[in-house]
Amino acid sequence: MKQATIQLETLACPSCMQKIEGALKAVDGIDNDTIKISFNSSKVKLEFDEGKTSIEDIESAITRVGYEVIKSKVK
Amino acid sequence: MQRFIFRNKNKITLISGILIALAFISKWTTGKINIFNWAMILASIIGALPIAIQAYQALRVKVVSIDVLVTIAVIGAFLIQNFEESAIVTFLFLFGAYLEQRTLNQTRSAIKELLELAPQTALKLMDDGEYEEVDIDDVDEGDILLVKTGAKVPVDGRVIAGEGYINEASITGESVPVEKEKGSNVYAGTILDNGTLQIVADRVGEDTTFGKIIELVEEAQDSKSEAERFIDRFAKYYTPAVLVLGLIVWLITKDVELAITILVLGCPGALVIGVPVSNVAGIGNGAKNGVLLKGSEVINDLSRVDTFVFDKTGTLTEGNPRVAETKYYGDNIEEVLAYLASVERESDHPLAKAVLEEIGEVNYLEVEDTEVVKGGGIIASVNGHRIAVGNVALMEREKVQLSEGVRADIEKFEKNGNSLVLTAVNGQLKVLMGVRDRVRPGVKEDLQRLKRLGVKNLVMLSGDNQGTVDVVSKELGLTEAYGNMLPEDKQAYIKKLMDEGQIVAFVGDGVNDSPSLALANIGIAMGSGTDVAIETSDVVLMNSDFNRLTHALALAKAISRNMKQNIIIAVGVVFILLAGVLFSDWVSMSVGMLVHEGSILAVILNGMRLLRYRLKY
Repeated sequence: MKQATIQLETLACPSCMQKIEGALKAVDGIDNDTIKISFNSSKVKLEFDEGKTSIEDIESAITRVGYEVIKSKVK
Repeated sequence: MQRFIFRNKNKITLISGILIALAFISKWTTGKINIFNWAMILASIIGALPIAIQAYQALRVKVVSIDVLVTIAVIGAFLIQNFEESAIVTFLFLFGAYLEQRTLNQTRSAIKELLELAPQTALKLMDDGEYEEVDIDDVDEGDILLVKTGAKVPVDGRVIAGEGYINEASITGESVPVEKEKGSNVYAGTILDNGTLQIVADRVGEDTTFGKIIELVEEAQDSKSEAERFIDRFAKYYTPAVLVLGLIVWLITKDVELAITILVLGCPGALVIGVPVSNVAGIGNGAKNGVLLKGSEVINDLSRVDTFVFDKTGTLTEGNPRVAETKYYGDNIEEVLAYLASVERESDHPLAKAVLEEIGEVNYLEVEDTEVVKGGGIIASVNGHRIAVGNVALMEREKVQLSEGVRADIEKFEKNGNSLVLTAVNGQLKVLMGVRDRVRPGVKEDLQRLKRLGVKNLVMLSGDNQGTVDVVSKELGLTEAYGNMLPEDKQAYIKKLMDEGQIVAFVGDGVNDSPSLALANIGIAMGSGTDVAIETSDVVLMNSDFNRLTHALALAKAISRNMKQNIIIAVGVVFILLAGVLFSDWVSMSVGMLVHEGSILAVILNGMRLLRYRLKY
């Protein structure tokens, strides 16, 4: 399991979080229980199985619902 | 295609706005309704594009968001050929979102400033023996780094060579530079004012003290209190509920205009943003001023605190016994002080340390035949003179004559809460010293401020004797003070107060009173940014200035007030709009959207006031 920390552009609307969460839950390979979206620092933290998905796939899922990814770190 | 639209959302907003303005101008000048309508149609379509796409994305992940409602409303407006409304609504929605983002950015500026203090690069010793500038992410534990004058220390580590002065204000709040030499610890985020240091990295990135503080502030800003979690749950059902309501109203009244106006009111935006924004701004203010509040719940509790419990030594007093009063008897004082100092150098007792500090540098003489008397003091021989230093009991043992005047002095000193150190030379009393742990400057005024802010009780728990405790208590105006307290006694007392229903804040130095810090409703660690303090306490005061405590309390209350104001604004506006829609005529879709976006901005701006909060003395 890898831990990903993804920095997004500033989140301004409250329903943003629900959309991003929904988009992430649809990605196979992310441990849904570990998804943490920090509204104020505009960061997403989660754990994923690198065998089932990649950080690129995760980033795409987020940009597809309309939020730009500034940078991401995988540990 | 979608990306393109999103990235140019601001331009779209602008174009839409211009089209609407042009439409109105042309209507007033030429009166030709056609141009007006076409401009509005164009504006509506352009504006609706990003909103519709967002709505589609939301629905794909099964979320009914405000975009969905606005999109339906716009389509509805189109269907009843009310192009003016559709254009204005889309414009207001986009413009509102833009303003929100701008202002929210500013609200989070405090933490951004903190982040900027974090070092981005470091000079790393490479395999070829040369130093190269690398990204901070490429530094690992054990790497050797060079820090030059004026540079930021990039990691937590130890000095292996060189010396200099470091400004540790970003961690301790102290702006007086600290001297560092080989073996000294240095911390990430501090600045090397002067000198050059070669350091080895112990902790990097998120593991540094600085990194932990940033993480603490970020998590605190997102931590949700009960009230906020309730609002979140409410928000999830509110939007779909409004959609259903709109549908029902349409089915019953067949009034499309009414139905879609209701849709526009369907976002609890102000409520959902209102509470967190106060949090973020307040916590940001705190962080800038050396007060770390670990979250929304903590702020809530702190704002309602009844009793403050202080740990005495080092919190209210200087933690350093000092000679407070001295009385000399007879002459030859200089010689006597030299004897006293020489003898006290033989003792490890804290009272001896205090005496030595008071006397300062003298010509130390040779001391012989030292005899330590347990519970009494110390007796020795200097230059053939018999010197006895200790308490009254020791003097009586030595058969030193204590006249009535002397006894009166002794009584006065004791009443003042001093521990006594008497010095006799060859059986004659020469010096009487009173040693006290002095109250820290400014503490008395700050405690009064706490009371003015609404704290009912100020209590001190100390391991010192009751006499000393009573004196400090009277001087500071405390409600209660207990001495001879062991750590477990302190915990028991705190528990007793909490069982009585009081909200208790415990203030300690975070190092040796962890259990009490954990037990109290609010544990406040004063004077350290150490790991232990950060972990166990609820509030961390980064330096030991006592006025940080009053700032923390006042700030917590201000944040609570601000949150309540925001909730009132948010809920009030929704009620007014709803009443307006149902019972009168003046609330059209555009007006509804305008007021709605206005309330969101009002709430954000209100929260931003907290950024500039300053306790008025």
